[in-house]
Amino acid sequence: MAKIVFEEPDGTKRAIDIANGQSIMEGAVRNGIVGIDADCGGACSCATCMVYVPDDWFDRLPAKDSSEQSMLEFCPHVQPNSRLSCQLQVTDALDGLRLKVPQSQQ
Amino acid sequence: MADPLVIIGAGQAASQLMASLAQDGFQGEICLVGDEPHLPYQRPPLSKKFLAGELALDRLYVKPAAFYEKAGSRLLLGQRAQRIDRAGRAVILGDGSRLPYSTLVLATGSRPRELPLPGALYLRNIADVEALRARVALAKSLVVIGGGYIGLELAAVAVKLGVGVTVLEQAPRLMARGVGPVVSNFYARLHGEEGVTIRTGAMVRGLDGRRVVCEDAQYDADIVVVGAGAVPNVELAREAGLAVEDGIVVDAECRTDDASIFAIGDCTSQHHELAGRRLRLESVHNALEQARIAAAAICGKKPPAVQVPWFWSDQYDVKMQMAGLSAGHDQAVVRGNPDIGRSFAVFYLREGTLIAVDAVNRAPEFMMSKQLIAERARIDPSRLCNESVAMKDMRN
Repeated sequence: MAKIVFEEPDGTKRAIDIANGQSIMEGAVRNGIVGIDADCGGACSCATCMVYVPDDWFDRLPAKDSSEQSMLEFCPHVQPNSRLSCQLQVTDALDGLRLKVPQSQQ
Repeated sequence: MADPLVIIGAGQAASQLMASLAQDGFQGEICLVGDEPHLPYQRPPLSKKFLAGELALDRLYVKPAAFYEKAGSRLLLGQRAQRIDRAGRAVILGDGSRLPYSTLVLATGSRPRELPLPGALYLRNIADVEALRARVALAKSLVVIGGGYIGLELAAVAVKLGVGVTVLEQAPRLMARGVGPVVSNFYARLHGEEGVTIRTGAMVRGLDGRRVVCEDAQYDADIVVVGAGAVPNVELAREAGLAVEDGIVVDAECRTDDASIFAIGDCTSQHHELAGRRLRLESVHNALEQARIAAAAICGKKPPAVQVPWFWSDQYDVKMQMAGLSAGHDQAVVRGNPDIGRSFAVFYLREGTLIAVDAVNRAPEFMMSKQLIAERARIDPSRLCNESVAMKDMRN
């Protein structure tokens, strides 16, 4: 279980608990985090669950695989600190992770 | 108190509609009627990871029960809507009770096209897959009738579980309605390499116990599954006198010809700008997009921009992502080699404008094309097929 803090597009900060083994995207969608669309449900097919990771956390996350890397490259609002939240599985090690949601996934 | 907004059909369109209504500030009561006993769930994994046993049931649900039960919404699951009384603005449920509505949204989806083959199974909902999974565990042989996305995804899962699989497709090639011939040929090779027997041009005549009888051959099978496309659930709308063509006819706001009734998802037929005509799309993306559009219309908000339609299919280690609508193309351009390996893309152009892509393990081609199709970009075909031109540099 990890407590993840999301900053929604309007600046609202919301902390939610996500169980180990779920993806961060699943936790966000179930808790109605605004701005995580996740149209494909976690198949790494749509790139609409992008989040920004603060520098102090970025290197602590598991590395991107090639499919996440190439999906991200073409996201409209991508930044060097972007990740697809469907590809991030929750473990205790992520407790306290802070994520920022982009203004739009399109 | 005003009558509730009633949604008939509890699939992904309905779930997205409720989420979007909440985000758009909808204050009224919502009542969701669904004929399955389940909360709205994702169907795409049914023929993929859920069938394979790699995804637990609770992870199919889009939202937890608490989301639907909050502030005034009511769930009527396991209940069938029998009839719409438009004059009286009420839905008549299976038990005869009346459910008055202020606004009605039809999200009735589609169902498998049935063939006159008694004993054959179908794959549409959780119950279908749970029954099928139990049978597959004991089976040695499976015949899949229909070489479309569902049938091929099922074949890919079953052969990996050690079942002998034969796919019978009546058309001359696989997935003929969805992709071009180059892609069809690739998938025939892929399934062959993975040990699935593919028979195209196979005319199934009947099912004799466990034997599938074709015009020129017979196939013994412990399990027979039909994946022969879907038909929209339009009966409620038609009986209520709403305009129905290949689906329930809706305008750009997803409104039917009754101003207080909307329709979203697989059951609808809507004019699509990219196609230049009315069409019915069976896809998660379409269901979600129409839900967002309808929610905006109901709440009097500005509609979201219409996106390029897209689809995906996972078979083995191959992810195909398709964007745009290829019907009416006058040129198909291949990037990469479809005859070797498992990675290439086919671009479809009409009068020099990119209108669609089928990308096989090619996320950059898919992602970039989605943008270019939306821009109605004219792209030099010689650049599209030239792998030394990176996709991000494809804009002329």
